[in-house]
Amino acid sequence: MKDTTNPLASEDKRWKIVDAKMRRYAYQPHALIETLHTVQETFGFLDEDALRFVASSLHVPLSKVYGVATFYNFFKLKPQGEHTCVVCMGTACYVKGANKIVKAIEEHTGIKPGETTPDRQLSLLTARCIGACSIAPAVIYDGQVASRQTPEAALEKIQNMEPQETAAL
Amino acid sequence: MTLDELNAITQKEKAGRKETCVRTCMSTGCMSSGAGEIKKALDKEVAEKGLVGKVEVRRVGCMGLCGGGPLVTVEPGNKIYQHVTPETAPSIIDTFLGGEAIPKEGDPNSPFYTRQTSVVRANAGRIDPERIEDYIEAGGYQALHRALYEMNPHQIVEAVNKSGLRGRGGAGFPTGIKWATVAKAPGDLKYIVCNGDEGDPGAFMDSSILESSPHSVLEGMAIAAFAVGASEGFLYVRAEYPLAISRLQTAIRQAKAKGLLGSHIFESTFSFNVEIRIGAGAFVCGEETALMASIEGGRGQPRPRPPFPAEKGLWGKPTLINNVETFANIAPIIEHGADWYASKGTEKSKGTKVFSLTGNVRNNGLIEVPMGITIREIVEDLGGGATEGRTIKAVQTGGPSGGCIPASLFDTAVDYNSLMAVGSIMGSGGMVVLDDHTNMVELAKFYMEFCVEESCGKCIPCRAGTVQIAHLLTKILERKGTPADVEQLEELCEMVKNTSLCGLGQTAPNPVLSTLRYFRNEYLALLQEEK
Repeated sequence: MKDTTNPLASEDKRWKIVDAKMRRYAYQPHALIETLHTVQETFGFLDEDALRFVASSLHVPLSKVYGVATFYNFFKLKPQGEHTCVVCMGTACYVKGANKIVKAIEEHTGIKPGETTPDRQLSLLTARCIGACSIAPAVIYDGQVASRQTPEAALEKIQNMEPQETAAL
Repeated sequence: MTLDELNAITQKEKAGRKETCVRTCMSTGCMSSGAGEIKKALDKEVAEKGLVGKVEVRRVGCMGLCGGGPLVTVEPGNKIYQHVTPETAPSIIDTFLGGEAIPKEGDPNSPFYTRQTSVVRANAGRIDPERIEDYIEAGGYQALHRALYEMNPHQIVEAVNKSGLRGRGGAGFPTGIKWATVAKAPGDLKYIVCNGDEGDPGAFMDSSILESSPHSVLEGMAIAAFAVGASEGFLYVRAEYPLAISRLQTAIRQAKAKGLLGSHIFESTFSFNVEIRIGAGAFVCGEETALMASIEGGRGQPRPRPPFPAEKGLWGKPTLINNVETFANIAPIIEHGADWYASKGTEKSKGTKVFSLTGNVRNNGLIEVPMGITIREIVEDLGGGATEGRTIKAVQTGGPSGGCIPASLFDTAVDYNSLMAVGSIMGSGGMVVLDDHTNMVELAKFYMEFCVEESCGKCIPCRAGTVQIAHLLTKILERKGTPADVEQLEELCEMVKNTSLCGLGQTAPNPVLSTLRYFRNEYLALLQEEK
């Protein structure tokens, strides 16, 4: 268990990055979303400690912080896998068969969009539209956009992504 | 920065240009297919062949025909190479030494290029989006200087009014009227907000503008700020557009360093600061009151209007909200005049509109066309018609808020009123071509499930209504529907449309209503046999 009273006093330097972001906005409540972005960038997801820390620093009720964190699709409240695979589900990708890609990955991995494999290797996500419509269907593997994907290509990519060395927990 | 200094930059840039210019597209689409490696390969070949003094390789923004990417162009000669790879790229350089290019050459005289009119996209595919000098050389920031030194705020608002520009976010509200309202609103503190929360799935006009010419948007915002008396602005961009965000950050930094943003712009008393706000994935944030709630750090839930943002916006202050494309139109209007702009397009829809033409059509990409062009011209001439062996059935415009226009109505002119009359909307510019393989009921369900997911939950008609509509569509698709279900579907759609709080709910039934209107037989074919 981390020290929840003052994460800044902890060994973990990442809290300082979060704090620096809030300081830049003079700890004003409207910096909430920007701060949560920073938390997610540095920690990978938003856990309760982080939500509490942000709430107390910005003087925003924890309920509001939680409300904001759960309102937006982009914020993740659970840790993500070593690898991510984001299938774009915008209209252009959809009419070109993005749903078939999702289905193929679901069948191969046994997880649904928004879930992570039990070995914490892969998170499957869908995006509303990544703005790469003319190269549809598009899939983002570990942050890299790939164009004109097929179920076969996607499965091959995913198989090449795993298995990776599991990060020490 | 003074006007002389600005012009000096232009001169210096022009003098530094080399005989031949090779441009590589560096926008999201082409980058995903290896544009970065292509640029490196081109640079390497230029160096190896000893052409450094004659040939320059520039990284530029979107060239439009994204479906043919990665793209490389060569000037002079007006050559366009498609589907370039890092391996074939060097052969383009070899053409300067009598060699032959391996990549397929596109036709710059094809209708895809000749039928376009570039205002917003004039710089796209020509300038390096990460160099402010490139934008200045292309005439950038001249309009801002003119606005500050040759016009007064009233004249600027009048020019925008006279140009006939209407909001490019979709609703088409006259931009000049919005500006005049904010300009007249009392108070010292006012805000400018640029709506870059391009939520329509299947559209990427705004992301492309931000990636290709970020300074156009900043210049437009600065002119707007001077015109309405604001000194602070926010640019709200979707988190899904990392490249656009990074180029905007670069652009803001460069403009500030040159005294074209920040305090005392062009050494005048006018100051304007812009901050980027990154969205966090909520379609409803494209709605202006929801967007403001999000900038204020809260859940992006809309509130009833009035009061309109022009009177009570961000933190209760008068706020001018326009979308990316609207702001990108401002500098050209100030530079070339309102009459020049108003001469394009139709009587009630002036100027040009950028569309992202995607789906089942030969030429996928971004186009900018004068208002009033017909859908047929866009799909068949610019788009090149259906892909091999298929027939085009309809075009979807306006995304989850729009509708499907059947092929029989392709002679409809593309302007705000005509599209509305056939049951769709202009929208922000998404245009997805659907062919005979598309099941319209499934498409309607796709959009409805999107709205179910994206409904903010504040008002009941939208929160519960969209779920019920989606249920009915599922039932019909599972072949369990009855004629009574179709009737109820229509009733529900009307109810959600008429009673929802914001634009999301009010337009959510459109995809269902328009497919029911034009493709009713597809619904009926799925119904259970009457027993």
